[in-house]
Amino acid sequence: MSETLAVPGALTVTGTMAGRAIRLSRRNIDAVITSMMLPVMLMLIFVYFFGGAIDTGTRYVTYVVPGVLLLCAGFGSASTAVSVSEDMKGGIIDRFRTLDVGGTPILAGHVGASVARNLLATALVFGVAFLIGFRPSATVSGWLAAIGLLLAFITAISWLSAAVGLLARSPEAAGGATFFMMFLPYPSSAFVPIDTMPGWLHGFARHQPVTPVIESLRGLLLDQPVGATPWIALAWCAGILAVAVAASGGLFRLRTR
Amino acid sequence: MPPAVETTGLRKAYGDLPVLESLDLRVEEGTVFALLGPNGAGKTTTVRILATLTRPDAGHARVAGYDVVAERSRVRRAISLTGQFAAVDEMQTGAENLRMTARLSGLSRPAAGRRAAELLERFGLADAGGRRVKTYSGGMRRRLDLAAGLVRDPGETAVVFLDEPTTGLDPRSRQELWEIVRDLSEGGTTVFLTTQYLEEADRLADRVAVMDAGRILAEGTAQDLKSRVAGHRLDLVLRDRESYLRLTGRAVHHSPESLTLGIPTDGSAREVRALLDALDPDRTDVVRFALHTATLDDVFLTLTAKEPTHV
Repeated sequence: MSETLAVPGALTVTGTMAGRAIRLSRRNIDAVITSMMLPVMLMLIFVYFFGGAIDTGTRYVTYVVPGVLLLCAGFGSASTAVSVSEDMKGGIIDRFRTLDVGGTPILAGHVGASVARNLLATALVFGVAFLIGFRPSATVSGWLAAIGLLLAFITAISWLSAAVGLLARSPEAAGGATFFMMFLPYPSSAFVPIDTMPGWLHGFARHQPVTPVIESLRGLLLDQPVGATPWIALAWCAGILAVAVAASGGLFRLRTR
Repeated sequence: MPPAVETTGLRKAYGDLPVLESLDLRVEEGTVFALLGPNGAGKTTTVRILATLTRPDAGHARVAGYDVVAERSRVRRAISLTGQFAAVDEMQTGAENLRMTARLSGLSRPAAGRRAAELLERFGLADAGGRRVKTYSGGMRRRLDLAAGLVRDPGETAVVFLDEPTTGLDPRSRQELWEIVRDLSEGGTTVFLTTQYLEEADRLADRVAVMDAGRILAEGTAQDLKSRVAGHRLDLVLRDRESYLRLTGRAVHHSPESLTLGIPTDGSAREVRALLDALDPDRTDVVRFALHTATLDDVFLTLTAKEPTHV
């Protein structure tokens, strides 16, 4: 009996961890559904309650969908912090460590599950958006670029959320600490044009990371010229991801001393 | 053959609180070793250091011949750990937990599936394998946890660490766990366990170390320890509360409600006679006496007593 004991490769380990995280998500389906329904509800509220009063120069639903997609990404990724925090609290982290599984594959597993959940949620938002009159005019390459950028954003903030999960002392605190991810789309061009905001907010709203992502998605989906904005958006995503990976590596070592 | 576990001068403090103070241990391969001590003695910290989960502040530890700090990965591939808190996912089934652990240990997908099924069978969980762990009883959980530590070939795991494996288990589950430990030991695996139960150490372990406040107070076979402290215990039933209080400082065993005190002795007629004369010169205070072979409890209480006992 020696069918054993090649040291498992990084891909096997990360894949196994992602499989676990997805299975755990499927078994916490209530939370997943809640995080999918909230953005859809907010989209309906914005389109039907507020939309009539907001002048964006286009149909409001067309304007608002990219913002809702990011809001949705925020909701979907926030639970990563809770999952990571729960792992750190329980005995399972000792099991993984004695199996010589490092922090990065454990977090990557949760981030992978978060991306999978978010893809479902994104599909739902698009589906409902189509039903209420969203008509994008994107080219195939525009669609691919938009989805790619959204994926990059989701990956980056999921990993950021994982880092928050390592920082928080309890799953409850972790859940609370991710509020900024859900809040960040509001002071941006997600729901109303930035020009309509008070002057002192313009600087922040124009230059915060969410705005270039939203502007790029809007441009790509409506087949309008986007210039260098997608590259700025990608740079933000790469920066956030790099900081989150580095920070979580350090935090994991601190938490497991 | 290097010892399965060897530590020299191991120290650990959490902030200002010293937990281990210069710990020296040696566990021979293939034996069952019990670290016996009360809550807060430093047992869990010792196991966590040996299992590479916590770094020592000073000193060295080698497990299966590898240094726990410098050769952490080698140690991890040679050990399994079952802690006080079940290290399994509540929301996965037993089989899923085992397959996951097997995959992370380097088994291929089909091999992991086979091993999971074998282990479920061996640990009496075959029927429960498809159920989520949150529906398991405490004993089932502990068995699954132990199984998860043994997903590699039995021969590949050199040292199995069990941190208070039977705490919180009902008597039947405890018996089952003892059986598993004996099986492991018969298969040649070294077992390092911690326990608060003297009976457990006495029944399972080839060697026992008594630990308190970060130090080893005594080490040897259960038999050694019993004879080292005092082979026997003389239980005296006293006439009244006054005489009970007068003699209470000499005792290792106290039972105020029955006015009984246990005094260590070697059990010889000469010493027992001398002891009775010394304790009760007027021959009025001691109503009855009985002589017992010392239990590990007596050893433990003698060794961990805050006040020194004089015999």
